[in-house]
Amino acid sequence: MTDPLTPVLTKHWLGPESWTLRNYTELGGYEALRTALATPPDDLVALVKDSGLRGRGGAGFPTGMKWSFIPQAKPGETPTGPAAKPKYLVINADEGEPGTCKDVPLMMADPHSLIEGCIITSWAIRAHFCAIYVRGEVVHVLRRLHAAVREAYDAGHLGKDIHGSGFDLDIVVHAGAGAYICGEETALLDSLEGRRGQPRLKPPFPATAGLYAAPTVVNNVETIATVPSIVNGGKDWFRTMGRERSPGPKIYSLSGHVERPGQYEAPLGTTLRELLDLAGGMKDGIPLKFWTPGGSSTPLLTDEHLDVPLDFEGATEAGSMLGTTALMIFNETVSVPWAVMKWTEFYEHESCGKCTPCREGCYWLAGILRRMVDGEGTEADIDTLLDVCDNILGRSFCALGDGAVSPITSGIKYFRQEFVDLCALNAGQQRHPEVDRIVELSGASA
Amino acid sequence: MTAASEKAPEKPSEREDLPPVPHGHVRLTIDDRVVDAPQGELLIRTCERLGIVVPRFCDHPLLDPAGACRQCLVEVEMGGRKMPKPQASCTMTVAQDMVVNTQMTSAVADKAQQGVMELLLINHPLDCPICDKGGECPLQNQAMSSGRADSRFVEEKRTFAKPLPISDEVLLDRERCVLCQRCTRFSRQIAGDQFIELLERGAHQQIGTEETAFGEGEDFQSYFSGNTIQICPVGALTSASYRFRSRPFDLVSTPGVSEHDSSGAAVRRDWRRGAVTRVLAGEDPDVNEEWIDDKTRFAFRYAQSATRITRPLVRGDDGELHETSWTDALERAAAALLAARDGTGPAPLDADGEPGEPKRGVGVLPGGRLTIEDAYAYAKFARAALQTNDIDARARAHSGEELDFLAAHVAGTGLGVTYADLESAPAVLTVALEVEEEAPVVFLRLRKAARTGTAVHHLGQWSSPAVVKTGGRLVRTAPGREPEALATLPDDVAAALATPGAVVLVGERAAEVPGLYAAVSDLVGRTGARVAWVPRRAGERGAVDAGALPTLLPGGRPVDDVARAQLASSWGLADENALPATPGRDGGAILRAAAAGELAGLVVGGVELTDLPDPVLARAALREADVVVSLEQVASEVTRYADVVLPVAPVVNKSGTFRNWEGRDRRFATTIDPSGGSSGRVGGTAAITLPDCRVLDTLAVEMDVDLFTQTPEVAAAELGHLGAARPTEIGPVRGPDGSGDVDGTDGSLRLASWRQLLDGGALLIDEPELAGTARPPKIRISTVTARRLGLVEDAVAGLEGPRGSLHLPVELADLPDDVVWAPARVPQAGGGVITLAGLGLTHGGPARLTGGTTDGSAA
Repeated sequence: MTDPLTPVLTKHWLGPESWTLRNYTELGGYEALRTALATPPDDLVALVKDSGLRGRGGAGFPTGMKWSFIPQAKPGETPTGPAAKPKYLVINADEGEPGTCKDVPLMMADPHSLIEGCIITSWAIRAHFCAIYVRGEVVHVLRRLHAAVREAYDAGHLGKDIHGSGFDLDIVVHAGAGAYICGEETALLDSLEGRRGQPRLKPPFPATAGLYAAPTVVNNVETIATVPSIVNGGKDWFRTMGRERSPGPKIYSLSGHVERPGQYEAPLGTTLRELLDLAGGMKDGIPLKFWTPGGSSTPLLTDEHLDVPLDFEGATEAGSMLGTTALMIFNETVSVPWAVMKWTEFYEHESCGKCTPCREGCYWLAGILRRMVDGEGTEADIDTLLDVCDNILGRSFCALGDGAVSPITSGIKYFRQEFVDLCALNAGQQRHPEVDRIVELSGASA
Repeated sequence: MTAASEKAPEKPSEREDLPPVPHGHVRLTIDDRVVDAPQGELLIRTCERLGIVVPRFCDHPLLDPAGACRQCLVEVEMGGRKMPKPQASCTMTVAQDMVVNTQMTSAVADKAQQGVMELLLINHPLDCPICDKGGECPLQNQAMSSGRADSRFVEEKRTFAKPLPISDEVLLDRERCVLCQRCTRFSRQIAGDQFIELLERGAHQQIGTEETAFGEGEDFQSYFSGNTIQICPVGALTSASYRFRSRPFDLVSTPGVSEHDSSGAAVRRDWRRGAVTRVLAGEDPDVNEEWIDDKTRFAFRYAQSATRITRPLVRGDDGELHETSWTDALERAAAALLAARDGTGPAPLDADGEPGEPKRGVGVLPGGRLTIEDAYAYAKFARAALQTNDIDARARAHSGEELDFLAAHVAGTGLGVTYADLESAPAVLTVALEVEEEAPVVFLRLRKAARTGTAVHHLGQWSSPAVVKTGGRLVRTAPGREPEALATLPDDVAAALATPGAVVLVGERAAEVPGLYAAVSDLVGRTGARVAWVPRRAGERGAVDAGALPTLLPGGRPVDDVARAQLASSWGLADENALPATPGRDGGAILRAAAAGELAGLVVGGVELTDLPDPVLARAALREADVVVSLEQVASEVTRYADVVLPVAPVVNKSGTFRNWEGRDRRFATTIDPSGGSSGRVGGTAAITLPDCRVLDTLAVEMDVDLFTQTPEVAAAELGHLGAARPTEIGPVRGPDGSGDVDGTDGSLRLASWRQLLDGGALLIDEPELAGTARPPKIRISTVTARRLGLVEDAVAGLEGPRGSLHLPVELADLPDDVVWAPARVPQAGGGVITLAGLGLTHGGPARLTGGTTDGSAA
């Protein structure tokens, strides 16, 4: 790999007013849309399937396969069941994973790539309504998306009979209320329907009963924004980047103790060592201590893992997950128990409350960690932490609980001694205060 | 077979030593036991059938699965591979050759369950010793069966202010709540009342209402709220009426039947020291499933009311009632009734002060709350002892047309349309039946039916909550015009009713509209729909079959010579003409005759005068009658006029049968036997009173007639022996001759009305919290009418009748124009009630509204 960067999604980010329709179009924008509208939808699904594009929201589910799950009417037959219902495309723009900063800059700098992707995807899955669910805190993104959607309508990319194709599509930009759980696709759908955002029981899966109980594709912003480039460049071009099972470019967002934090678009499989080179190395040269490959829900890694290829397989083999490729990088000055406590407090705050393990477990874990960081922990607390994590992992309703225990179990796995050392601070308090009083009275302490 | 396949464990579905898997079933292995289960069954249910108890909180067989509490985790293997995570057995369905290991055989499942239990308890107050649920608490029990012996939790527990009143009756302790969502799911799925919801998130998630969330808003308003208390698996929801009253293990639980409506709902009465402490829903999948309404649940204190009558009373020369012995009371009553029957009493003085025509005969008003045994005793007492057919159990608006209808479609027909039939019906039409107010358990089944595809149509005036919650199909008509509406139903409704299995439910209020029963009869004849009569009171259907009506003898027999001879013979009367030959007077005619000085006596059961269509006439009748014998549980308005009051037993102190609206016999044994009985656990203050049938039997003996109704069992046996004997030719249901139409030219409004469930009825005494959950009474009119009258929402309007007015706030609803709706009975703050009948107003009749800025009513 000669040039480590592969700007596809980020190609125009630094251009002047890159977010305007005029500039997007001048640089070849909405060309893919014309190609797509001239392509049978099933062929588009096949193209994306063959490109090997995998979901950029964290789980890495093959995108084309997800689209192919949408039940479609068979030619010449009157559809029944889910196939007879309208289809929906929902964009998960509720970017909330700690450390993650890729969808927000993408929507700020290049909203039309997302909108073009939405139109192509809607055509492919035969949806006439698409909702972009944006987390409510990012008002500037909401404004920009609204403006871009308006521009797209004015240009005839949206609305009725798009470019004479007979295809109708409406896009609605919806502001969430800022709950982390609403990044979970079924909770997002409930929230979008105006209900309390909590994950739904599956099955039925969104592909058969999603938004308003109709077949629905829920995709991440980055995934859908990638689609126009695949339509333009073709599957073979797409596969020139990345690795066999994880092809294509990926926006790695680096934050923390690096010289130049930011978004770096590189092929999947790029290592942290390469990314650190791009970002100018560790800040002030202070050595790396630990990092997350894809947000706080992915088990943290250490300086032993600098050469782990950051794709779906590589991260998993290293005992973590690729997640959102939100690399939070911490140097030696940071206490692992403290960082783990802060993350756990996030999960305590964001647990939706639906299921017992996550709701009560996060509350308990945060309590123990706060106490340990305050120097009032004991070594038994470490075992309790791990056991409570074991009682949450795989026992909760959705993956939030699994994510919540990742920092704790991985933190103790690699840095157990730091937790033990914290307990040492508590050595003088190990005894019951009553014992001290008795000792004092008997003069034995003199 | 190859060597490899020999080694592989054989799939149970392919094992040759087992019978083939039945159609529609799958074969799986649970804890090493092979079991066949119907496709789609939840694992937790299959485990139950095997006797394997998987602990659970959120799971409830009548609610949609939630998978929220995670207590029921088990290990599952599919296709020879273990699923990576333990699975919630309350959400996972069975599959062919699935292998399931519960906590009995899987260490992983056991640890998962113990882990969840420990987590459930970390924020729980562990206040079992002071908790109502202690001793019958799934959390307590499962903490013992599936929990750790001690907790490792040393942090601070989350606390909430408590208790939080969800309504006057339901209190919430959020600290005890395990957030299983049974209550919210019940409210949403079963009752359709969405006032209770989850609020906040994470460890701060809590159950609440609009009011608890925002500081203002509507209370949890539901007729079914008590069910949430019963299905709460912890002590988070408690009732004001039972809170801190007793421990479950100090109570005796006796199965019973609801006495509050015609549903026949199974209940469980928990009692001690001679008094019921609480009523719970019993389980009967054919009838009420596991649900009852709040009136059935909470209105039981009347039996311990200070106004209970426990000793016979006779009116002395001083004009006051005095306690006396049974012997004395019965002798006095018998002598007076004999004199009244035979017309040997003092003749009334005519206008000139001369003795006139002597009064003769006794009318019987048993009331609508009797068991079928008691109703039969009244029916027999009237015929055999009083030699009259002047008996009518209908203490409400009634008509001769209704008698025709009952004879044609109800009396002696046995089990007809059932709850299950409602659930599977393609379409249901309710006529003169506000089902949530008048038959709440039927409402729940209709709502369930509506959720699974039944089209529920309502003939009514506005989109009441019952209409909305059963799918919102209203056939709107002006009050009084229901017969025309039935004759000209929209095509789709008529077509739906012609579908096999369609049902028409008609309420007792059909008697208020001349021609309506005839129109219903015509409709079912035309469409082929099945018809069921759903009266309000528990005893109405039984009274019809027992012959407590002027035109019907026991078993649906008409008053004809054949039936009279048959009954005389069965009753052991020597003269086959011993029984009266002519149909009797109905309730209204009895009262008119008594008021006019024609009838000499009245025997009155549990009748509230304010329930009658003309309370003024009733008072006059009771005043004029020479002798009034009252059989009552609690002092009532009738007591004021009674010459002899004979106490009778409330439902908890007797056995009997309520024949519900379906025609299903709902037998119940004595809950509390104050005379000792077999339980031997008597104490406290329960008074010994006797069922009506026993009192009437003894009274008849004093009159030299044997009823042979000493016990409910004997009475039931005799009635059963008589059987039904419907005439071969069923007469037509005769509507009114002329048009009963109201002249609308005077600018008045037409009144529509029905009773609300909680409206100060006689059985609601001593239940202030229950009364607090009543729907606020309101006057409803359309927007157009309001504008015409210059009324606005929430303004107080006066509903004017010939005998007074009723002032209530106005609510706008989708009524036809120039129609006003008001509840038929409105309890007053200072006690007492105002009834529309008391004001001289009737459903379908004229009424005037005042209070508007323009007096449009007189325009």
